[in-house]
Amino acid sequence: MATDVSIGDSQSFAVVGRAQRKNWAQRRWQFVKDWPVLPVIMLAILVIMALMADTPLWGGVTGFNPEKPSLGDRNAPINSDGNERDYNRAVERAEKNGDPIPDRPHFWLGADQFGRDILTRIMKGAQISLIILSIAASVGMVFGTFYGLAAGYFGGWLDEILMRALDVYFSIPFILLALVAVIVFGQSINVMLALLALLAWPPFVRNVRAETLSLKERDYVAAARATGASDIWIMWKHIVPNVINTVIVIATLRVGQLILAEAILSFLGAGVPPPTPTWGAMVAEGRDYLASAWWISFFPGVMIFLLVMSLNFIGDWFRDRFDPRLRNSV
Amino acid sequence: MYKFLLRRLVFSIFTLIGATIIVFTLSRVVGDPRLLYAQEGGYGMSDQAWDDLGVALGLDKPIVVQYFKWVGDVVTGDLGQSLLGRNDVTDLIKQKVPNTLQLGLVSWVVATLIGIPLGVLSAVKRGSFWDYLGRGFALLGQAAPPFWIGIMAILLFAVRLDWLPAGGKGEGFSGLKNFILPAGTLGLAASASYLRLTRSAMLEILDSEFVKLARAKGVGTQMVIWKHAFKNALIPPLTLSALILVGFITGTVVVETVFTWPGLGRLAVTSTNQNDFPVMTGVVLVFAMMYVVINLVTDLTYALVDPRIRIG
Repeated sequence: MATDVSIGDSQSFAVVGRAQRKNWAQRRWQFVKDWPVLPVIMLAILVIMALMADTPLWGGVTGFNPEKPSLGDRNAPINSDGNERDYNRAVERAEKNGDPIPDRPHFWLGADQFGRDILTRIMKGAQISLIILSIAASVGMVFGTFYGLAAGYFGGWLDEILMRALDVYFSIPFILLALVAVIVFGQSINVMLALLALLAWPPFVRNVRAETLSLKERDYVAAARATGASDIWIMWKHIVPNVINTVIVIATLRVGQLILAEAILSFLGAGVPPPTPTWGAMVAEGRDYLASAWWISFFPGVMIFLLVMSLNFIGDWFRDRFDPRLRNSV
Repeated sequence: MYKFLLRRLVFSIFTLIGATIIVFTLSRVVGDPRLLYAQEGGYGMSDQAWDDLGVALGLDKPIVVQYFKWVGDVVTGDLGQSLLGRNDVTDLIKQKVPNTLQLGLVSWVVATLIGIPLGVLSAVKRGSFWDYLGRGFALLGQAAPPFWIGIMAILLFAVRLDWLPAGGKGEGFSGLKNFILPAGTLGLAASASYLRLTRSAMLEILDSEFVKLARAKGVGTQMVIWKHAFKNALIPPLTLSALILVGFITGTVVVETVFTWPGLGRLAVTSTNQNDFPVMTGVVLVFAMMYVVINLVTDLTYALVDPRIRIG
């Protein structure tokens, strides 16, 4: 795509001229350039990691339980073997009972303050994040879309009320609302889900409403109304299909922000309760061991960074591809 | 102009009322606020004591009356007492507000001083080293979680290199050192958004007809960039300033926690962890008020900068 090349720029003609005479290798390169290949690969790796965290099919690839402490391996460094005495004891026990001799555990990314393998916890954390995010983002997307649809389509006092309600919503800083909610309802995965859904919906409202406002003035909507179609029918058949592109683009761009929000809440101790690993909470736990075991905080943070970055790239690509008008608004 | 201002003012008041209703409802959703003091029937509390506490807290009156009484207290500056230390919440907040404002202000200056010039540079020297530096910087600021950046900064500058203090707010001149890490961390994400916006605004303006005309007339490059383009490209970042200041509310909560900064954000987090509801409510109200004021001031600046809004 030549979105970057402005019309009238002398170079753009050259680019167009060259585009028609591309050989195979150039077309391949163009494909890599146009599609966010690396972010997609990154995302795929994360999904696979999440799947492999504890499915019975693989039996947990790393061979660790993400929540089981092992005190002999506290703060074990990167790429180190498990505690020797513990291992010898396990081997003795296995020999006595005639069980197969276990492999010595190996900590690829080190172990945390309770001797839990960080790689395993990161994988389990990916799983938790992806589950929470897909549910929260979907709920927020559906709710926000219908909210915006109702406001834009019916207009009048309903629009006024819905939009003022949105203003009030915006006047309360989300993070504080989340902290209050955690005091009121306690820490749990459901509260986290509800909070993230609550964070997800507003951008859908604004854009869907704006689109609906212009769509409902179109001739085909008037025609549908003249044939006696009901409001629900018109919205569902004539308006929703036209805003769905916008909705999908916003959803992809929004997910990255949701991940950061989830990480921040977990970091502040308002997320999913321990010992379930979440990346934000893992970074927080490692804070007290910075001087002796920096890897506890380091790797989960890197994962958050990589995930959000890939999602941002993919979202940008989606936007340029499906709805370039959103460039300045999202 | 006055109509516009009046409209915005009325809106802000409605927003504040809405915010108080939400905060109040949340504080009552828990069920009985007495449960924050004692478990029902627990700790040997007699029925008589339970009822007395209810009367003392005004729970025997209808909920609407309770709301107005609470609003009345809030307006007169009485936010109640903290559950933990029995201190006046108003005093607690008063102690913390200056620290948070100082941190926010310094971060804002840092963000502006880094973000806007780097954005201009990145747009003017498009495709150069500076452009890539700027874009990489923006990427880091947008995708990396702020608390992690903060912790890594502590690891590098405080633990490994031992150049800067890891946290707290120092006194006097040497206390300036304590500002560097928190303000840098808080400013990073903000400067990333400044940078992105300035860059795209500059690119758009540098491509516009009047800039081309200026160039064709033979105006010098520096003059074109700073006088013709920069002035016009400044409106979007100005718009963003409000969002950034608002974003600092979330930011301070995180950064103050990481750097044990004695401000409002940390107060919010500690009161959450201690289930100290009155303190939490007070902090939320103060933040909501800041938010409304920031938005109002932004609207005023818009009106001053952009005549279209003033008339429309």
